[in-house]
Amino acid sequence: MSRPAMSCWQWRLVMAIAAKEWRDRLRNRWVLAVAVVFATFALLIAYFGGAQSGVVGLRSAAATVASLTSLAIYLVPLIALLLGFDAVVGERERGVLDLLLSLPVTRAELLIGKYLGLAAALSVATLAGFGAALVPLARAMDVASLVIYLRFVGSALMLGLAFLSLAVLVSTVARDRTRATGAAIALWFGFVLVFDLSLLGVLVASAGSHASAWAPYALLLNPADVFRVINVFGADALRSSFGLGTLMAQGWNAPATLYTVLAAWIVVPLGMALWRFR
Amino acid sequence: MSAAVVEIKDVVKRYAGTPVVRGVSFSCGEGEVVGLAGHNGAGKSTLFKMMLGIIAADEGDIVLFGEPVRGRRFREVRRAIGYLPEHVALYDNLSGLETLRFFARLKSADPAQCKTLLKRVGLEQSMHRAVREYSKGMRQRLGFAQALMGEPRLLLLDEPTNGLDPEAIHTFYDVLQQLRQEGATIILCSHLLAEIQTRVDRLAIMASGRLVAQGTVAELTDVAGLPARWIVTPKDGAHEWVRNVVLSAGFVPMQRPDGVVEVTVAMPDRMALLHALAGMSDALAAYTLAEPTLEDVFLRHQRVAVASERAA
Repeated sequence: MSRPAMSCWQWRLVMAIAAKEWRDRLRNRWVLAVAVVFATFALLIAYFGGAQSGVVGLRSAAATVASLTSLAIYLVPLIALLLGFDAVVGERERGVLDLLLSLPVTRAELLIGKYLGLAAALSVATLAGFGAALVPLARAMDVASLVIYLRFVGSALMLGLAFLSLAVLVSTVARDRTRATGAAIALWFGFVLVFDLSLLGVLVASAGSHASAWAPYALLLNPADVFRVINVFGADALRSSFGLGTLMAQGWNAPATLYTVLAAWIVVPLGMALWRFR
Repeated sequence: MSAAVVEIKDVVKRYAGTPVVRGVSFSCGEGEVVGLAGHNGAGKSTLFKMMLGIIAADEGDIVLFGEPVRGRRFREVRRAIGYLPEHVALYDNLSGLETLRFFARLKSADPAQCKTLLKRVGLEQSMHRAVREYSKGMRQRLGFAQALMGEPRLLLLDEPTNGLDPEAIHTFYDVLQQLRQEGATIILCSHLLAEIQTRVDRLAIMASGRLVAQGTVAELTDVAGLPARWIVTPKDGAHEWVRNVVLSAGFVPMQRPDGVVEVTVAMPDRMALLHALAGMSDALAAYTLAEPTLEDVFLRHQRVAVASERAA
């Protein structure tokens, strides 16, 4: 113990843990598999998204993004939750967590390192998947269309990171992997299916009398809806084609506000996970 | 004893109100090898986790190398500790060498040690193979190599020879012996009492969360007051004579169906019977003394502890 005293926070250790997580996901081909899934769905939607109306082939970027948004709302949260739900509880069950905590690493460094490693895997898979789909699509896009598409990819990335934060929070709270799996599935159902249905139900039941005042703000309580609104309000052509997304109150639909809310959905659950894991 | 490396005083830990470690006090010095024995759920692993600061004690103090485990400077102390948990899966997708390099980075140890350590535990031929391909024994050896990372001055080993073959167990204790000579303090939990009997300086016995006895193996044997057994094999036709000699010396012989005579004697009286047996060596094919094993001693202390707890 003749070395100098260690500082409170060591990024070197955080990055070592992050690098291990990243390598783990790369080795088990998780990154590749998810990238292929995203790319395949993006291309299928781009070419066959208009099949219902009797049109096959590349459509406008706005129409493609509209279809991709609907897909991403289901797929991205699911993949992020699957990626992170056992980040802590899985290590605990395997007996590795005690070993890691016996080392000169703080719990905060361990959790942030894990999150960054998983986030890197998710980010690369998302960017590579939707980015690969951009190659054939780019020929039919002008600059405005490209911006719409890139906004979709960026917000999909943020949506994934938000659900990854929620997954890591679940992982710190759950007592075992089975409970963590159940909680992750419940979160997915809650945010992706139940939340919107409930909100619509309240709106319809109240005939819009009371609920219409607060319903637009309630959308901010669901990162999936924030993602939807970002992409809906990003293109004039889409605003009329979405239901709840078009409810968004004036002033709250500014891109900066929506991105800030989505960023809060990344930071707050991760902060809660840190507090829980202390 | 030299300067205390581990000092534990009146430590209590409860889970959901149920005490799992109850008022344990214990210390050990530099270069000591201490065995920690106890039944499943006796509180050994919980005590290890409290010593490492993984979980907090509800009461009492734990000080390692002069630093309280919950203190701000304990993080630095962790560099000097090697820990091998009872069940450790490590990372299937990494190779043995990558696994050690990962732990070297977290421990701020020299990565050049990794290959040396893998060689030391006999994994030099498998260092580039994925851990998922390792047998249970190889994983255990990799875990041991991880515990040796950074030349630790205190080793906490929980069931370290789990899954090891006899040769690997031999190698393991050779390495422990070298570390001890270098001044490392070693505390090892094991159910294999016969295995550690001759390899520890002291033994601490835990039962139901309490430290019920501690001392050298000889001290614990004396305190337990267990008898020794003379096992005497008479020559053909000499059984009756042997029996009478044993009786006249004041002991009670028990003849087994195979003709062998067993005589249970209190430890201080074992030499008295030896004199009697030596006097009739022409009538004996063989005679051996079976002293109480560490397992006998352990069971005796544990039963006494359980009985006194029930009485209380």
